[in-house]
Amino acid sequence: MSRLFSFHGGLKTVRHKTESNTFPIEPGPLPRWLVIPLRQHMGNSAKPVVQPGDRVLKGQMIGQPDGYISAAIHAPSSGVVAAVDLRPVPHPSGLADLCVTIETDGEDRWIEREPVDYRRLHPSDLRNLIRSAGVVGLGGAVFPSAVKLNPGGHCERVDALILNGAECEPWITCDDRIMRERAVEIVAGLTIMAHLLEPREVLIGIEDDKPEAIAAMTAACAGTGYAVRAVPTRYPSGSVKQLILLLTGREIPEQGLPLDIGVQCFNVATAHTVHRAIAHGEPVLSRIVTVTGHVHRPRNIDALLGTSFADLIAQCGGYRDSVERLIMGGPMMGFALHNDDVPVTKATNCILAASAEQLTPEQPAMPCIRCGACVDACPANLLPQQLYWFARAKEFDKARDHHLFSCIECGCCSYVCPSRIPLVQYYRYAKNEIWAREQEKEKAELARQRHQARQERLEREKQEREAKLRQKAPPRAAAETGAETTGGAG
Amino acid sequence: MMRFQAVTSPHVLLETSVGQVMRRVLYAMLPGIAALVWFFGWGVLVNLVIATAVALVAEAAMLAARGKPLAPLGDSSAVVTAWLLAVALPPLAPWWLTTIGVLSAIVVAKHLYGGLGYNPFNPAMVGYVVLLISFPREMSTWLIPRGVGQAHALTLAETLRAIFVSTPVVDALTGATPLDVLRTKMGLGFSVAEIRNSPVFGLVSGHGWEWAVLGFLAGGLWLIYTRAADWRIPTGMLGGLALISTVFYLINPQKYAPPWFHLWSGAAIFGAFFIATDPVTASATPRGRLIYGAGIGVLVYIIRAFGGYPDGVAFSVLLMNIAAPTIDLYTPPRVFGARRG
Repeated sequence: MSRLFSFHGGLKTVRHKTESNTFPIEPGPLPRWLVIPLRQHMGNSAKPVVQPGDRVLKGQMIGQPDGYISAAIHAPSSGVVAAVDLRPVPHPSGLADLCVTIETDGEDRWIEREPVDYRRLHPSDLRNLIRSAGVVGLGGAVFPSAVKLNPGGHCERVDALILNGAECEPWITCDDRIMRERAVEIVAGLTIMAHLLEPREVLIGIEDDKPEAIAAMTAACAGTGYAVRAVPTRYPSGSVKQLILLLTGREIPEQGLPLDIGVQCFNVATAHTVHRAIAHGEPVLSRIVTVTGHVHRPRNIDALLGTSFADLIAQCGGYRDSVERLIMGGPMMGFALHNDDVPVTKATNCILAASAEQLTPEQPAMPCIRCGACVDACPANLLPQQLYWFARAKEFDKARDHHLFSCIECGCCSYVCPSRIPLVQYYRYAKNEIWAREQEKEKAELARQRHQARQERLEREKQEREAKLRQKAPPRAAAETGAETTGGAG
Repeated sequence: MMRFQAVTSPHVLLETSVGQVMRRVLYAMLPGIAALVWFFGWGVLVNLVIATAVALVAEAAMLAARGKPLAPLGDSSAVVTAWLLAVALPPLAPWWLTTIGVLSAIVVAKHLYGGLGYNPFNPAMVGYVVLLISFPREMSTWLIPRGVGQAHALTLAETLRAIFVSTPVVDALTGATPLDVLRTKMGLGFSVAEIRNSPVFGLVSGHGWEWAVLGFLAGGLWLIYTRAADWRIPTGMLGGLALISTVFYLINPQKYAPPWFHLWSGAAIFGAFFIATDPVTASATPRGRLIYGAGIGVLVYIIRAFGGYPDGVAFSVLLMNIAAPTIDLYTPPRVFGARRG
């Protein structure tokens, strides 16, 4: 079973890994102000449980999960809550979101930490600990991990637990460094995950351009039975769908979940936080952020959540001349920020300050010549040029029928398009339009149901009134009454 | 606080452009063109120059007339159309013949249908078919290739006179193409083997022609290698042609030419790599491209063997252009995660 499979399409992209991956992880600054967004995960925003003026300790919960798919938020350092209000957050929209702002006291004083032995806990208690420690997927999707660690009902048995260390996006090296430096802790966290999921096999997928990480993880896995697999360096091997296919030969069904095919997948850094949460009683307070591109000293920084991007840039020696674009994430899927005064969140794997030379100059889009380069590159096996025509013509139903929602927005099609058509942008637009219309439809349906319910209630009341009147009136022939009632209901 | 431009991903793109793809097609034609010039003289080059000039002027005029920016002129797509057509014309075609062909291609087949990317029919082949139907005599007067009893090669001045002033060329210098010879003599009851003894035939197919075919094959393979053309279309077309010609050859080798002769004759190789691969007018799905190519290959054979024209690449391509959207409809790839089968 050591066979590797392959996926359709994908790209050999520029790499730009060595700028940042040759230096050890540096501890980040302890800034005076920490701005901690209450939505750093998929699902519902956490509910604030502190007020301005409250003293908080490092690791203290400041936002509690709201509902099942949500995650807790903690104070990354000790200090005083200065505000609970709307602040700019790193989001493509550039809109503000609810944040807790802490003025740190510089003492970095911890709450009481309670390390536990995972083997002595009931699985549901263990999951609750992971949930209240704010553990979410650190690969970028930030889905609450406790939910994914509960296989109940989805499949009879988990076949494979996969740890994703592929890191296929250019420039990003935070997973590479954490695997090199904290492999033992990652494997310890993986062991806890395996304890909960009881998979038949545990696989670790790492792109073969990271030999040091592969060696470190292989050494840490000695005696565990976990298998480290080097996968070819081909974007987007780090996408969940592609990595699972590479390692198991199985495809997640359209609109389905990994558990539908008995597989569950986590990022390497997530495993690390699971270990810290259980074995040390430490919630998620920081993450490794790759700061790279056109800065003086590209590095990986273990940054407290809530640290401003500008502070991390400063730690890396500041911008070099002519930085044009600030990107959170990689150049293929990351989004550009309007400014650097936004806080690090659990989703911040990379801050890429890109100069004009590191970007592709914008060119006007030419007509599609149907060359099919996008078809060859699409890892979802779609017909991107066809979807483009539909999106352009606003034929959203057809776009959906042509599997628009199987698009993972990896950007491979745009990357290879000789006509420079911003294809992914068209797909995002089409998806948003479809979602908006569905919401409209739902609203209309709800209104219709309400209206109908009201009509029925009024009718019922009317009939009840008539029935009462009839009871008071002298009795007539039964047949006649029946006819009247029927007529009334029509 | 630093402010930055906010645009959507991806932020890096492959260094490529429509112009680059088109220019690759032009480079890939050079070996075949060189062979044609060697065997048929200056006329081939003069045709290319006339066609290129007319195409660029027509493209610019049409862009201007449609109120479009002139930037697409740099994408070389008009030049590709011009070359594809010019290479298919007789080496001493009068200038007006070339001009009419190119205008039909660029003005009618390309721009009246919406310009690059929107034309349903291969422009070069539309131009070619207009000429073939309207001027059958001019279109079938080919020069005898060098090395087949040619008295002397025409000088550049003689060539220019023939093309621009319509000075009639000595009959001894002109002749029918090998496929024409095959078709005419077949009608007279000769067997394939007897016909092949004629001096117009070389090792595999037409003398001289076969070297041009080799040149176009080399260029075509390079196009596939650089991915400027999809391998599926030539594979489908040559595969289709090989299959059907083998079947008939096995049925009656006296009456039907062997598959290698068909593959190596006329515009089969050139058409497979350079004409059928025009992506705008071809099928766009992977399986569809194989079917599209195979359809052209089979039609080429049917027209050659049973139709009214010696070669049939142009008609076959245009017919399959019509079929391309339907082929696409029935051959979508299996989307990731969709059920197999």
